[in-house]
Parts: sequence; C-alpha cells; structure tokens
Amino acid sequence: MISTQSFKKTKPLIFLIIITPIFFWAYQFSNGQLGVNPIEKLMDNLGEMALRLIVLTLFISSLSEFRKFRFLIEARRMIGLFAFFYVTCHFLTYIVLDHFLDFNFIFKDILKRPFITFGFISFILLIPLVITSPKKMLKKVGYKIWKRIHYLIYPAAILASLHFYMLVRANKIEPAIYIFLILLLLLYRLFYRVILPRRAQ
Amino acid sequence: MKILPSEITSYNKYLNRRRFIKSSVATGLILGTSTSLYANHLSNENIYDNQLDENDKLNSFEDITTYNNFYEFGMGKTDPSENSGNFKSKPWSISLEGLINNPQVLDLEKLLRQVTIEDRVYRLRCVEAWSMVIPWQGFPLSELIKIADPLSSAKFIQFVTVFRPEEMPGQTRRLLPWPYVEGLRMDEAMHPLTILSTGLYGHDLLNQSGAPLRLVVPWKYGFKSIKSIASIRFVDKQPEATWSMLAPSEYGFYSNVNNFVDHPRWSQGTERRIGEFKRRETLMFNGYEEEVSHLYKGMDLKKYY
Repeated sequence: MISTQSFKKTKPLIFLIIITPIFFWAYQFSNGQLGVNPIEKLMDNLGEMALRLIVLTLFISSLSEFRKFRFLIEARRMIGLFAFFYVTCHFLTYIVLDHFLDFNFIFKDILKRPFITFGFISFILLIPLVITSPKKMLKKVGYKIWKRIHYLIYPAAILASLHFYMLVRANKIEPAIYIFLILLLLLYRLFYRVILPRRAQ
Repeated sequence: MKILPSEITSYNKYLNRRRFIKSSVATGLILGTSTSLYANHLSNENIYDNQLDENDKLNSFEDITTYNNFYEFGMGKTDPSENSGNFKSKPWSISLEGLINNPQVLDLEKLLRQVTIEDRVYRLRCVEAWSMVIPWQGFPLSELIKIADPLSSAKFIQFVTVFRPEEMPGQTRRLLPWPYVEGLRMDEAMHPLTILSTGLYGHDLLNQSGAPLRLVVPWKYGFKSIKSIASIRFVDKQPEATWSMLAPSEYGFYSNVNNFVDHPRWSQGTERRIGEFKRRETLMFNGYEEEVSHLYKGMDLKKYY
C-alpha cells in the first residue's frame, strides 16, 4: 500500500507532468507548429486538458473512498487548481486571440450561444472552489459549508462536458464519453454519500 | 506545365461585368494523360495576382492541402491529408443520370478533352467560420450540363460522391450517412461562377481536396462544394443534401454565405482567414453578391438559409 507520506514526495513530479503541456503548446504556437488554424487548436487543446483534469479530480474523490487509494486525495487540490488554470487559459484564448478583446461581441456571444453560455457558467462555478481551496479557507468557512461549495464541481463538470458536446459538429462520441463518466461518478457519489447513509439510519 | 491558348476572351466578354475574371490567363493542364502534374506552383504564384481581390492574399498550397473537412477520411482537419493515400482517383468516370437527353457514364479523361480548364481564384468560406483563398483550375459546371442536355423538367441537380470504405477509412464508421450527397438549383448550377475543379495551384487535385473532380460554389459554405463526384442526377424536386438532412435547423439546402443568418451555435458575422490573426467581417454571399444576388431575388434568405 502506498502511504500518504511517500505519495506526497511525488507531488512535484505530478506538478511537472501537468504543467508541461502548456509550455509545449505555447512553444508550438509561437513556432507555427499548431497546424493551419493554431488559435482554434490551442483553444481546443486547453479546453480538453481542463475537462480531463476536472474528470480526474472526480475520479480521485471517488477512489479515495477506498482505503487503498486514500493517498490520492493529496493530489486532488493541485489537480483541481490546474484544471482552473487551463480553463482560464482556454477562456483567455477565446477572449484575446480568437476575438481580440471585442467585448461587445464576446458579451453577446456568451448570452446568445448556449454552448458558450454553458462554458462560461462552468468557469464561474469554479471560482468559489478556487477561492476556498487554501487550507486556511477551509478552516474559516467550516468543513460542512466548504464541502457544499465544492459540490459545485459536479454542475461545473456537467456544463463543461455539454459545452464540448454542443460544439462538436458530428461524431459526438468523445464528448459523450466525458458526459457519461461524469454522470457515472456523480451517481456513485450520490449512492455512497447520500443514499447509503440514509438507509443506514 | 504546358500553357494552352485559352478561350478566355470570349468568356471574358460574356462576363465583362465581373471583376474576378478581368484578365485571367488559363493555366493549361496536361489533360488526358495519366501522369500527375507536380508543377512548381510556388514559383509562379503571381500568375494568379490579376484575379485576386484587393484585400485577399492566396493561401499557401500547404495550408489548402493540410486543413480539410473531408469526413470520408476522418473528422480531424489533418486526417484527410494523412489518411487519403489509398484513394484511387484514376481511372474515374462520372455517371450522368435522371431527367436528361444524354444519360451516360462519362470517362473523366474524355470529358476533360471537351472542356477548357481555366484559373479561378475564389474565396472559400467554411460554415465553421474560417476561410481561405484558393487558386482553382476547373471548368464551368454549365459545360457538363450542356453535355447532359437536361429536359425542361429538370429543376435541380444532385451530386453523389463515392462509397469506398476500403479506400476511405472514415466511411468504415457511421460519422455521416454515406455516400455524401449535395445539390444545387438549376440556375445556381448554370451560374458561370460554379465550376467543377480538377486542380489547384496548377497541380492535379490531391485526394484530400476531392480528387479527381469536385464542385466549387464560392458563394456558398464549403460543405456544398462536394468532393470526388461520382454521379450527377438531374431531378425535378429539391434533392437531399447530407448536412441539411442530418441537421436541418443548422444547415439549409441553400447554405449561401450570409453574415446576417447565424448558425444556431455560432455567429457567421465574422470569420478567421487562415493565416491571419484578426477575424474578418464575413461578406454577404462571400463577397460575390454582385454576381449572384439576382438568383435569390424575392426570397426570404432567413427562411431559405
């Protein structure tokens, strides 16, 4: 069994692995290696990375219920923060590179296009999670409320995967897999956290 | 590359209003031979300059041939250039069917001996809000329609591409209902801007661009310009078209480039010209309004998008 202590030592390595893609893409972007439509490609890469990390945090939450995988919880906050980091980069690419700070257009776009609305709401929902992520904040707001705030990850994840699903033109299999995984993990949590305890009572 | 004397002068008179053809010089293609053309298309790029509109710049051969939507070879933009190596575009024949006096299966090489290949520099606007400028070689679709000799009852034309899952890996999955079909109204098909293309940059069409013969309708979204055409049917009713069949609320039969009618999921008001940083305003009928708007006089283009 991997102990929490020994897992903690691998955190810098996880940090490096997760941060590497952005340097890689930034390098490719500035060297014209992101294909013929680099802005779109960069935006897609960043968005999908963020979605993957969000799903990863959900996996960790469910897996860490088992004693064997308890140690994983150590990495959850870092991965969650990185998810927000990639979402922010994704959103900034949309604002700065794709629409060149045309806020008049962007504002309308967010209101008018459901898929952009969903993506935007998802981004907003992640903000309270980021704010309450330091241990200090956990103590400040209390575990119960903190827990509630952090359940926001589920609507955020569902909206993010719908955002992806709606933007794809055909072959919706890949985004559908994300939706399926997220719903599965949500149901699992509901079952173990809500339904089972109630039955026990 | 052999430069043939062209018949552009007479064509020019016919189209004297149109600035796109001002002093076009036809690039002759060596047709009827089975050797591919690998012309040094980059060194004589400037031969297309006189057809370029003021604000346009040609996209590079590489851009045009590595960023494609051709789901028969996969969904990604680079899939068509990566996965189309096994596609056999030679020999090729086109079947002319339906309400015509001369139904026949036409050998492509024979057909190309009967037509004059011209240069046409067109903007291509994808429904996904990106665009390119492409120097095509081809001939007006109207010339093929003349060969078919349609009956007066033929009001529309349907185009059908091939179904060859063993050569087109995308067709082994049900990404779209295969084979891809598209259609035009007869007057759109007869319009002098509508061409069947055989090449670009003086180079035979590569498989990813729709070899050996594809439609180019520059005032419509790119998906209307069906690739690798195998049969052409003349019909009396508006025929089915793949994307408008699949998602009728998103893709209409006409699918004219229209900056006032948004795609339900995104704006069509602007576009990213491949190779440029800032988005451009999308032009009505992709900038060919003067030439084609008369085709749609009196039509509600919000309803017939």
